[in-house]
Amino acid sequence: MLETSSVGAVVPQTAHFDSAIVLASGAQIAQYDLVYETYGELNPACSNAVLVCHALSGNHHVAGYYAGQEESGWWDNMVGPGKPIDTRRFFVIGVNNLGGCHGSTGPASIDPASGKPFGAGFPLMTVEDWVETQARLAQRFGITQFAAIIGGSLGGMQALQWSISRPEQVRHVIAIAAAPKLTAQNIAFNDVARQAILTDPDFHGGNFCAQDAVPRRGLRLARMLGHITYLSDDSMAEKFGRGLRSGAYSFGYDVEFEIESYLRYQGDKFAASFDANTYLLMTKALDYFDPARAYNGNLSAAFRGARAKYLVLAFTSDWRFSPGRSRDIVKALLDNELDVSFAQITSNHGHDSFLMEDEHYHDLLRAYMNNIEI
Amino acid sequence: MTREDDNFATSASRPDFAAIAGWVKPGAKVLDLGCGDGSLLRYLNKTRKTRGYGVEISDENILACTKNDVNVLQNDLETGLSGFESNSFDYVILSQTLQAMRHSERIMNEMLRVGREAIVTFPNFGYWRHRLELLNGRMPVSGALPYQWFDTPNIHLCTIADFEKFCRDYGMRILERVIMNSSDIIRVLPNWRGTLAVYRVERETSLRDIKAP
Repeated sequence: MLETSSVGAVVPQTAHFDSAIVLASGAQIAQYDLVYETYGELNPACSNAVLVCHALSGNHHVAGYYAGQEESGWWDNMVGPGKPIDTRRFFVIGVNNLGGCHGSTGPASIDPASGKPFGAGFPLMTVEDWVETQARLAQRFGITQFAAIIGGSLGGMQALQWSISRPEQVRHVIAIAAAPKLTAQNIAFNDVARQAILTDPDFHGGNFCAQDAVPRRGLRLARMLGHITYLSDDSMAEKFGRGLRSGAYSFGYDVEFEIESYLRYQGDKFAASFDANTYLLMTKALDYFDPARAYNGNLSAAFRGARAKYLVLAFTSDWRFSPGRSRDIVKALLDNELDVSFAQITSNHGHDSFLMEDEHYHDLLRAYMNNIEI
Repeated sequence: MTREDDNFATSASRPDFAAIAGWVKPGAKVLDLGCGDGSLLRYLNKTRKTRGYGVEISDENILACTKNDVNVLQNDLETGLSGFESNSFDYVILSQTLQAMRHSERIMNEMLRVGREAIVTFPNFGYWRHRLELLNGRMPVSGALPYQWFDTPNIHLCTIADFEKFCRDYGMRILERVIMNSSDIIRVLPNWRGTLAVYRVERETSLRDIKAP
């Protein structure tokens, strides 16, 4: 059997950037911090670097654990010694995206210009903007070309965008449970989530920090809704069914069904740790992502300059980012005669499958990573 | 074993690979339908510097292809090749898969829509041992047809004569054929003596003109 282990205790680092970044929206951020973690060793040729891009609620803490804490990084089952993204071979970087709320400059950070939190004043971000900031971070390490850029969901969109924006700087793109753009249904879900936050009386137009308030109800609802869409009907049925906490109907509106209890718990946990403005801007970055837009909706044209090799993975039960959307990506890559492999992995965990440990899924990623030359 | 050895072993164990490689022009763009573990693509990429893609349905083979470092797309061939543009490949290969497909005629048409030429291989049901077994009242089981009647994936077996009539009837021109038995090329009485047929075909007429007989 394969020996795998954890990358162990990790410590996040911070990189400060003084030169202003002009965003796709036209807004500027004069200076900013990016918090990141690295695992493994960068080789002297700087040819073994892998960037892991995070999804909506993710962050830079991809693998390992913080001293004194039990919980490990969000993709600890994927990244580590002997794991599919093997840190004995690759130098892996996880970075909290600009606008995030886990250490990188974001809406909850203090605006040096005013001495107050940015709050509603923090500009909206796009996937292209994130690629730009990630590239600046790569430069700090002397990395001119990533061996691979990998991400699931919104992270997969960033990986794809890298190969469009900076084709010479990435050799392999692994886009998991991603899409070339959101569907109307997807944008609709995002907007309901946003409305939950925007209409929370504690939101204060985005400046809740200054009011010492937290739009907890809005965040909680947003997360509950999101969570439903990340699971599948089957996985919810399997995990919760119609199970009742007390075994009998109580004829009231308190928690009765197991699923209610689960969703409320997830909502509460999230509302206590995530910034509402970050949630809003992350969902907007998802909505805006559409590389084909600049080419009259022609996705193949958007990839015309791309040079990378691709692995595109989708999950059968993922109805939020369905396998059909991954096939759209594959079609555009094929039209450009780019190297691409595509697998549709059988899983009943819905969109969240990309975070789960599944033997076939992990074997595939391991096999692909093993063939990457460094 | 190094990868080179591995490759050599593969080509030796599958004599039809060499026949196919002989036809494929260097640097061609190739689509291999039902590509299995990707050994043929790997062989072609190595020996003919092709740009190859495989299509497979099974998880096991998708993994094997990934290990073999060939492009593979997980897809059900029975649903057609709608993900591929017309005339986007030089060759579309269907190696020992035609006999297991429900819609033989549709996949052949699709192959010749997507590719300039199609390369098709199939076990020859007309091989004398198969005929003898039938005369003896039993379904043939052989090296080329290793299955029992009840567990075979093969639902559309044909003979060399059947396939050639099929091509004539459906507007496909046979450009070349190699009939084999193990690693030998069979020139005399191929429909009696051959176990494996390898064909290279192209469209005779534009797709629109193709009519059922």
